[in-house]
Amino acid sequence: MNCTEFLANLTDYFDAKTATALRTELEQHMAGCSHCHVTVDTTRQTIEVYRNDELFELPESIRTQLHQAVLTKCENLKRKKEPKS
Amino acid sequence: MATILTPEEKEANALHPDLLLVEKVKAGDLSAFEQLMRQYDRQIFRIALHITQNREDAEDIVQDTFFKAFQKVHQFQGNSKFYTWLVRIAVNESLMRLRKRRSQKTVSMDDEIQTEEGSIPRDFADWMPNPEQNYNQAELADILRKTIKGLPPGFRTVFALRDIDGLSTEETAQALGLSVPAVKSRLLRARLQLRERLSRYFRVPTGEHAS
Ligand SMILES: [Zn+2]
Repeated sequence: MNCTEFLANLTDYFDAKTATALRTELEQHMAGCSHCHVTVDTTRQTIEVYRNDELFELPESIRTQLHQAVLTKCENLKRKKEPKS
Repeated sequence: MATILTPEEKEANALHPDLLLVEKVKAGDLSAFEQLMRQYDRQIFRIALHITQNREDAEDIVQDTFFKAFQKVHQFQGNSKFYTWLVRIAVNESLMRLRKRRSQKTVSMDDEIQTEEGSIPRDFADWMPNPEQNYNQAELADILRKTIKGLPPGFRTVFALRDIDGLSTEETAQALGLSVPAVKSRLLRARLQLRERLSRYFRVPTGEHAS
């Protein structure tokens, strides 16, 4: 296995979706190839650092505002649709 | 497009608590709808922000997405998760906003991304242990934001759904109207490009010249 073939299987490798035989091959390549080893290691860290960071928080006050705005629109829509009783 | 589900998937779906709420919403129950909003608004916001990179747009998109979902709730057939259906609306709304803002350029999920930059790893330096601890919270947030902003929208959307939001590859494909292989190839390139760019900040200092 060369580095290009290794990369082509990287997504499945991360998802633990590779068959055992292929997995062994990938791990063997990694053990002998420092480039691919570092690539896997740092890619894993990349995913983790993004996953752990609460980059984009929605403040509670804005949430309430948004909900209110949507509910008002829905209310109006409902009223238009329903015949008056 | 509707996907054919196995009996197991159908059963899993039928038991999903969202479906009960959705049925109530179809009957006009707004408090059930509010519950769904509370459950998913933050995720929708995050996805919208990842695609548009603009806070105000993302807030508008949250509103538009949920209102659209309410309008179209009768079209929801339950052949995907409600959340996946919602994400699909949010992605479409987000792409529409992007298009509006850069009216000269078309933006679509299907845009073939020409650049190969960063898709082939070049930086093989090891990273510092816990590299994120070398930056304070604001600095780190800035680095992460800047870095993901540099990706084409089609890439960062796949990355956001799959790796940050935790959708499966199949759900991501469904939400974006892409094939599974297309999602996989974008995900690989998104991850590798982010890795390459973050490496500038996180690599072990070598004293060699930085590129
Ligand atoms: Zn290699």
